[in-house]
Amino acid sequence: MRTFRMGGIHPPECKLGAGKPISVMPLPKQGCVLLSQHIGAPAQPVVERGAMVKTGQLLAKAGGFVSANIHSPFTGKVAKIADVVDASGYPKPAIFIDVQDDEWEEGIDLTETLVRECKLEPKEIVQKIADAGIVGMGGACFPTQVKLTPPPGKVADILIINGVECEPYLTADHRLMVEKAQEIVVGIRLLMKALNVKKAVIGIESNKPDAIEILSHQTIPYPEIEVMPLQMHYPQGGEKQLIDAVTRRQVKSGGLPVDVGAVVQNVGTVYAVYEAVQKNKPLIERVVSVTGKSLKQPVNVKARIGTPISSLIDAAGGLPENGAKVISGGPMMGKALANIDAPVAKGTSGVLIIDEAEALRRPVSDCIRCAKCVDACPMGLEPYLLSALSERQLWDRTEKENIMDCIECGCCTFTCPANRPLLDYIRIGKGKTGALIRARKAK
Amino acid sequence: MNPILIALIVLGGIGLLLALVLFFTAKSFKVEEDPRIGQVQEVLPGANCGGCGYPGCRGFAETCVKSESLEGLLCPVGGNEVMKKVGDILGMAAADAAPKVAVVRCQGSCEHRPKLTQFDGARTCAVAAALYGGETGCSYGCLGMGDCVEACTFGALSVNPETGLPEVDEEKCTSCGACVKACPKGLIELRNKGPKSRRIYVSCRNKDKGPAAKKACEVACIGCGKCQKVCTFDAITMEANLAYIDHNKCRMCRKCVEECPQGSIIELNFPPRKPKAETPATPATPETTATPASPVAEAPTAE
Amino acid sequence: MTMDKKLIVSMSPHIHGDDSIHKNMYRVILALVPAFLCSIWFFGWHALVTTAIAIVSCMGFEYLITRYIFKRPSTLKDCSAMLTGLLLAFNVPADLPWWIVVIGSIFAIGVVKMSFGGLGNNIFNPALAGRVFLLVSFPQQMTTWPALAHSADAVTGATPLALIKAGNFAELPSHLEMFLGNVPGSMGEVAALALLIGVIYLLCTKTITWHIPVSILATVFIFSGILYLCDSTVYADPLTHLLSGGLMLGACFMATDYVTSPMSHKGQLIYGAGIGILTVLIRCYGSYPEGMSFAILIMNAVTPLINVYCKPKRFGEVKK
Repeated sequence: MRTFRMGGIHPPECKLGAGKPISVMPLPKQGCVLLSQHIGAPAQPVVERGAMVKTGQLLAKAGGFVSANIHSPFTGKVAKIADVVDASGYPKPAIFIDVQDDEWEEGIDLTETLVRECKLEPKEIVQKIADAGIVGMGGACFPTQVKLTPPPGKVADILIINGVECEPYLTADHRLMVEKAQEIVVGIRLLMKALNVKKAVIGIESNKPDAIEILSHQTIPYPEIEVMPLQMHYPQGGEKQLIDAVTRRQVKSGGLPVDVGAVVQNVGTVYAVYEAVQKNKPLIERVVSVTGKSLKQPVNVKARIGTPISSLIDAAGGLPENGAKVISGGPMMGKALANIDAPVAKGTSGVLIIDEAEALRRPVSDCIRCAKCVDACPMGLEPYLLSALSERQLWDRTEKENIMDCIECGCCTFTCPANRPLLDYIRIGKGKTGALIRARKAK
Repeated sequence: MNPILIALIVLGGIGLLLALVLFFTAKSFKVEEDPRIGQVQEVLPGANCGGCGYPGCRGFAETCVKSESLEGLLCPVGGNEVMKKVGDILGMAAADAAPKVAVVRCQGSCEHRPKLTQFDGARTCAVAAALYGGETGCSYGCLGMGDCVEACTFGALSVNPETGLPEVDEEKCTSCGACVKACPKGLIELRNKGPKSRRIYVSCRNKDKGPAAKKACEVACIGCGKCQKVCTFDAITMEANLAYIDHNKCRMCRKCVEECPQGSIIELNFPPRKPKAETPATPATPETTATPASPVAEAPTAE
Repeated sequence: MTMDKKLIVSMSPHIHGDDSIHKNMYRVILALVPAFLCSIWFFGWHALVTTAIAIVSCMGFEYLITRYIFKRPSTLKDCSAMLTGLLLAFNVPADLPWWIVVIGSIFAIGVVKMSFGGLGNNIFNPALAGRVFLLVSFPQQMTTWPALAHSADAVTGATPLALIKAGNFAELPSHLEMFLGNVPGSMGEVAALALLIGVIYLLCTKTITWHIPVSILATVFIFSGILYLCDSTVYADPLTHLLSGGLMLGACFMATDYVTSPMSHKGQLIYGAGIGILTVLIRCYGSYPEGMSFAILIMNAVTPLINVYCKPKRFGEVKK
């Protein structure tokens, strides 16, 4: 079985909710839809306070080329447009909606019937995806239509579907592949048409044999789609790592996946594409795994965007006594929440409760130069050095040591026997170095 | 021939040859330098703090010598005294700049601003600020991990363990501005030292709307604008729910201090007020220690 | 939903591997146990006493220094002082007078390790530097080897390397005896087999990578092999070089010290090759019969330079 060829770690799996079917979350009393749920410019609201909105109605328009539309997940009245502390830890503007009913916009197909045929032109498919406000649902939240529009002169020849879900605990993508395999296959064919590629590979880690089997079965009629089981290896879900694992091509420093002819889409995104193109349904809900060792019942729920995370935790049996940290996303790259009433966003793949016993970092000692971080780094960097340079604020040297290549996967901090907060400092260094580079380019 | 003589001739010859090489290299590679640069550098404090905006004292000296007037050039550590000496050397008049001092514009002590979460990780403000708004409900306030203290080369800053906030030692502060750059929240400002070290400033940077700000911190500026109305010198501006006092316009009348319902405006080093009928006297702080968290401005006049 | 307790907020990752410094040190100590048992078998209770003195004095000095000079919490828990003591004992003759062992410990811990700031900050391998310090200070005691407990002729013997230096090839013990360790020498370095068992354990637990030991052994084998092919009357055969002296111990346990070896695999290979070449050079052309310690210390000094020039292979640099 294949995997990427550099660094990486093997954290304990802890896939507690792997056998739990996706259940539907009840609607909250008040929803809160963030205006910036994607990378790029925040969306511009098109509704006013006090306006009545229907489910699926446009709430905010994309604020630029790299941006995404935002639709109303609820039917009700716009209560206010105010700031809420989201997963970023800072107050961000959001539209609050008092939920009254669940009346959908006209033209949205809510039936379960599978629609296979699509007569749209590639451009029309991309336009429909853009209209539906679809972003990369693996967590990076990059607007999908931008990814489907390669820069001039670059051609994609392979579509890679990311069903890796290498983060421990998370099971949302796994359940989606098991339960919505047919729809995902249709979605893949739509994306292949949009990109005009002749080959697609679904990469799935070998700890999901049921998903591999179902998708292999569903793709029998389509020889151009291959299901590729991959070794379990974190961070295989990273775009560059997955391309390396599947195609043996490596994206150069600062390059785009399309430079090596690949476009990567998450299975969640593929499912959203199916719903948007075939059912006219904008991206207003997503599957979230609510999990944690002390939770009464880890679940996979389909929740509307804007549902408070606290109500998701309640659906899984409530915040346990010894729950000390709530994370939006997985344990390796997720963000710890300061406010558990923060809303579900398009990129919220999971809600993870960490127990007191594991929540606090262990005492830090001096670096013993064991080079385990160097071996673990999937980008071939030297985390110990980047961290030390950032701590000493030597920004010109961090740039020379390629700090901008860091994908913040956390392998270095995970392996460090001295428990050093390597990634904490590298992130600071990355931020400062990036700002300096941008300032230099702007001149 | 006498071996001693041979040795003398050979060594002497080598010496002479090398001396010639050295002589000509020194001649041809000579760097013409204004001797005044060295003189100016002599009178500078030599702290190399970068507070002037130039790379070290030497860089500042070079700039001073090259520029045509000393306007806009100031060594914040040496102050007017040193600038006068520099002016004497260069035969230029040094502009008289008001002495400045760093002020920390947050009084969100543990008492005023309860902690809601616990930060865990590398204990620097930079890391905490990159992660989230901070342990309290106020995402504009001091994180209390002392990046400013680390940045200060003069030992003028220290975090008060009781309030969890940094305090400036006016005697030691040279207004080099290193702390201003170090604070990720932009809380520290260099303000005019003021006559007799008297200063008035808004000790808050919270831009949230009133109720949110008040909920997060008891002494947050809620942007009510009362101070702006009461100010007769047009020194106070309101922007994004936050008042700011222009230290060049403020005449130290202290009306705004009394008017502020939140106690966000701080007066420092003023003599005690004449006791009014119901207003309790403000605790006098004639000492030159800055205690931003002192309840000086708590005098509840708005009630 | 109100929050009645403070949630912990930190940057990702939120889980940590179960590796730690003291676990690594434990594994190295455990890997040294077979060689330790062998040395007790060959040298009797002397070996036990010397090891105990070295470990206790190393740990004692580290405790005193952290407590009274650094005024910091003790770092004994990370077990690195214990390992230094053990390795120091392994590098001296089993019946060395106790006070010399203590002096070695002071130098290793006090000067080489703690004066740089403790574990992680030292430039040289403390145990090796301690050994070399003793070797140049007490050459007489450091090169007088005790008789083997189970040897037929119970007399003070010469090490294989000393025999080679003297050109006395006839008296060299057989390869098998050297492999098992039934030859005179420092107490921990003789039993090549036991050391190999230990290093295999370290490789299996991923405590160390193969790069340093393999590059050292390969370089020594190749280089001494070339010399042997040139003139087999002057130079010993490569297998004798591999099995004699401190080569096994040095290649597997001293050169692989985390703190003083390079960070990238490329650098580790260069470092290992450097040690191999220097060892053979010193052995064949130097005045000392053994060159392993000096070779490792010299390469320790070069390590920062290697770290600057040998960067790991970056993602995307691979040829397609």
